[in-house]
Amino acid sequence: MLQKISSGISEMSYFNSASAGESTGLKNKIPSDPLLRMETRDLTVKYGSVTGVKNITLPVYSNKVLALIGPSGCGKTTYLRALNRMHDLTRGAVVSGEVWLDGHNIYHSDMNPVIVRRRIGMVFQKPTPFPTMSIYDNVVAGLKLVGIRNKKLLNDVCERALRQAALFEEVKDRLKDPGASLSGGQQQRLSIARALAVDPEVLLMDEPTSSLDPQSTNRIEELIHTLKKQVTIVIVTHNMQQAARISDHTAFFYMGDLVETGPTQSIFTKPKESRTEEYITGRFG
Amino acid sequence: MRSAFQEHLRELESELFNMGDMVITSINRSVSALKEQKLELAKQIRRDDSRINDKRWQIEEQCIHLIATQQPVATQLREIIAVLSIITDLERMGDYAAGIAKIVIKMGEEPPVKPLIDIPRMAEIATAMIKRSLDAYAGRDAENARLISADDDKVDELYHQLLRELISIMIENPRIITRCTYLMWTAHNLERIGDRVTNICERIIFLVTGELVENLDKPENQT
Repeated sequence: MLQKISSGISEMSYFNSASAGESTGLKNKIPSDPLLRMETRDLTVKYGSVTGVKNITLPVYSNKVLALIGPSGCGKTTYLRALNRMHDLTRGAVVSGEVWLDGHNIYHSDMNPVIVRRRIGMVFQKPTPFPTMSIYDNVVAGLKLVGIRNKKLLNDVCERALRQAALFEEVKDRLKDPGASLSGGQQQRLSIARALAVDPEVLLMDEPTSSLDPQSTNRIEELIHTLKKQVTIVIVTHNMQQAARISDHTAFFYMGDLVETGPTQSIFTKPKESRTEEYITGRFG
Repeated sequence: MRSAFQEHLRELESELFNMGDMVITSINRSVSALKEQKLELAKQIRRDDSRINDKRWQIEEQCIHLIATQQPVATQLREIIAVLSIITDLERMGDYAAGIAKIVIKMGEEPPVKPLIDIPRMAEIATAMIKRSLDAYAGRDAENARLISADDDKVDELYHQLLRELISIMIENPRIITRCTYLMWTAHNLERIGDRVTNICERIIFLVTGELVENLDKPENQT
């Protein structure tokens, strides 16, 4: 796990009330498997009458990269967004089943979704810098949001997060420039730095390189490889070669079902399911 | 895009079978040159071996091109890896045939020290194994690939039988040791061809199942 900054964030409770996690006992807490950072059990997401994903049981291993692959509309982004309760913000979305993070069910009524999202950060398809904010303010936005004003702490976190995102050397002399002044690839690394600033345990990435050129894509892929020593990463990608290059485990989704999951090496050399083979060899999707 | 890739894979397979035919022809001709002491044919076989080598490099280049441009995965990846391995075995078999041709040239007009019975039989079994292995490749038939490699035992048996016979002849008449070694080397080359077919069968099993099988020539791995 990432070395905790002394921001106070790491001491914040997962729970809405300080004792709630204990009082709910096994319903909300299971002994955590040290190999697993997260796990979903029978996770189903529905939008009204439409089912996005069905009964997905899938482990997410600590300090590994899990790639979610599958054709458009197969449910991989729906699944990803369920991992940090983003569907709470989607009108009509109903989530059932369990999502466990370090032995806690994040959908339990005692859990605080804001803290959950801080523990499980997200990077989107397109870079999302706050356009009117400086590079510096973009990075520390999450900390300021929770009231941290200690200048030295903010400076330290900013540098640490930018270094983690492999962006510090490129921007260290212009931290006050607008975030929007950076190139697309730099903006995406800035988005990653902002997610890392709040010290997450898991980073969710939804096609983070789909709008980038090959060189920027390469930088992000190298970054993912480095970051996994510190955080667990779940990435949605349409690029089969990218999934093969950067992930340790791959899960193939099709029409809302999890068709197959396993070590990436096995999925890309001898998949068990014919649908997986057909998809990764480009026969459909 | 993908249909073009499938087309390239079919071409690759076709080239592999062409190379297999070239090797079978070369082995048959080398044994024929030995039986009938055809020196000119033996020289031609040695010259033609370069065509087999060229074919191997041409196929290897095709494989490299497909890996670089198509980024194959799963069965398609295993197919290309299998082809890369099989052409190496076929190329070596071509070398063994050329080696037999070289022995024919060395023997010159001297007749063999014994009637040639086991050696043509070995060649017959070995070439049939090559043909059957390529058929198993075409049919993606892992089960048959296991059965074919069992025939390697027959080649080995004939080889050891011939060795024993030649050693007896050498003990009885040391003056013809050199001539005996010609047949020993010929038989050795054919025995190695059988082993190489076993390698091909292992690659067919890899292609079909994804499992890397070793020592298929051992009986316990043939079921």
